[in-house]
Amino acid sequence: MEKEKVITAHQLTKKFGAFTAVDNITFDVEKGEIFGFLGANGAGKTTAMRMLCGLLLPTSGQATVAGFDVYKQNEQIKQNIGYMSQKFSLYEDLTVSENIRFYGGIYGLRDEQIKIKTAQLLKQLHLEDQEKTLVRDLPLGWKQKLAFSIAIVHDPAIVFLDEPTGGVDPITRREFWSLIYEASARGITIFVTTHYMDEAEYCNRVSIMVDGRIDALDAPANLMKTYSATSMDEVFLQLARKAVRTGD
Amino acid sequence: MKQFLIFVKKEWLHIWRDRRTLFILIWMPVIQIVLYGFALTNEVKNSNIAILDQSKDEATTVISNEIASSRYFHLVKNLNSYQDIGATFRTGKIRMAVVFPANFRDDLLHGNSAQIQLIADASDPNTANMLTNYANAIINDYPQSINQNQDLPYTIKTQVRMLYNPELKGAYNFVPGVMALVLMLVCTMMTSIAIVKEKEMGTMEVLLVSPLKPFHIIIAKTVPYLLVSVLNITSILLLSVYALDVPIVGSVWLLMSESMLFTITSLSVGILISNFAQTQQTAMFTSMMSLFLPTLLFSGFMFPIENMPIPMQIISNIVPSKWFFIIVKNVMIKGLGFSSVWKETVILIGMTTTLLGISIHKFKIRLT
Repeated sequence: MEKEKVITAHQLTKKFGAFTAVDNITFDVEKGEIFGFLGANGAGKTTAMRMLCGLLLPTSGQATVAGFDVYKQNEQIKQNIGYMSQKFSLYEDLTVSENIRFYGGIYGLRDEQIKIKTAQLLKQLHLEDQEKTLVRDLPLGWKQKLAFSIAIVHDPAIVFLDEPTGGVDPITRREFWSLIYEASARGITIFVTTHYMDEAEYCNRVSIMVDGRIDALDAPANLMKTYSATSMDEVFLQLARKAVRTGD
Repeated sequence: MKQFLIFVKKEWLHIWRDRRTLFILIWMPVIQIVLYGFALTNEVKNSNIAILDQSKDEATTVISNEIASSRYFHLVKNLNSYQDIGATFRTGKIRMAVVFPANFRDDLLHGNSAQIQLIADASDPNTANMLTNYANAIINDYPQSINQNQDLPYTIKTQVRMLYNPELKGAYNFVPGVMALVLMLVCTMMTSIAIVKEKEMGTMEVLLVSPLKPFHIIIAKTVPYLLVSVLNITSILLLSVYALDVPIVGSVWLLMSESMLFTITSLSVGILISNFAQTQQTAMFTSMMSLFLPTLLFSGFMFPIENMPIPMQIISNIVPSKWFFIIVKNVMIKGLGFSSVWKETVILIGMTTTLLGISIHKFKIRLT
């Protein structure tokens, strides 16, 4: 029996003038799945993700997110997704609880809901006594975990993570991934781009983009078998070497 | 609406947390008013002068006393010979010398005309001009005073009347100017920086992905600065009335509404700049170059626009502060009503809608 699909993309393409940033990509993501979106810099990951988030209009092709069409149902999509950008996306000059209240508020959570969520979140992150700390004063790892928790504070159907663990030490990255697993267990679909190949192995399925195309899409174990590699690193290198484009 | 309020509250927190900037925003108008009011004043007070009286008659004594006792002049030296004049100027002690020729009174009474020479240090032409004007006014009072009870034909009538600003106070000119400057600074510079900061920090992307409408984001970011501006306008007006004795002759409400209009114009410029600028520094410099300097140069606040070459005068028309400056002068200083400033008001409204239109259009383009 087939699982419910929360993201579908069919021949999705984005051109900027003569440049084709995303070239005919077709894939879908199932509910609760952790979907890794891999690719070298400039491969078109961010552009693809921006189309799915409703930030960019596709040039051609079809896509739905949480059952809504990316062309026409922008607003509904926005209500149903969470987003964490590669740049750190909390307000440094606000306190932990003010950040939670703000992001909860703009997603339309009611005051009581925000209060409950805040308590839950602080407990989960062991930040109970840091409620009134300015985010600026938190260590980077905690900021990152907090940013993720806030990105899903409104229980979205899907959360998009754009290189969420950049610059974080391996231990914190592990903790971060355990948060991702918890969220996925709650039924939130995770769409994550990353550079770290060990992280790719944590995903249920990964797609590897090269020059705007998806060149491989499967579970990490299957990919390693197909490319007779011992790690995702090798798989990635084999594919990425074919790239014509370089850099951002 | 609730989302909007939450956003505005967040903006307040940003401003509130950055106490140093808040402090500057609130005290800046006060400091500027004080600076311009007392230090950079272009009015002349107690300027040192010398008098060379070669006549020493009743008339010259009266005129000399009048000049020396006026608050514009301070008599430092009575000269004895024409050669002394050059020497005294060279010491740098005086800015103007008044020279009465011999037989002054006789010439005036019997020849119907007499001459006085005013020699001014024109290395500072504005001051020199003002000093000679003041002196002229005082001197011209004299023939009038002696003619009061007589019907003689030799009256010299040179009437100098200083309209709206009888004491030629600099404050009448710079209060409107400082208002324009401060509002531009707070509204244009601070909003453009605040919006670009979200871009730089990466939070703008998150906001754009959220259900908030871009239009709401922009408006919510400007509301707190609108409130700071109201505070600034109030403090400038209070200071000018109570500290600088510049009264609000016209309607306070008209003045406030026009100031709000100009505030919104400045906010729209800030929003437009934030559309193009990618970093806070760019936003700051663009605001400075595109508004601060033109406000100083082209609003008529420092330099009279009528004296500029025609192309400059044409350029001055696109500077919003020029129109605001005219409005404030007409309403606050001259006490004129809306009928006298409707044209300027329409121009400002036009500029605001155009700027906002472009900004919103740009914002949409970036999203597709």
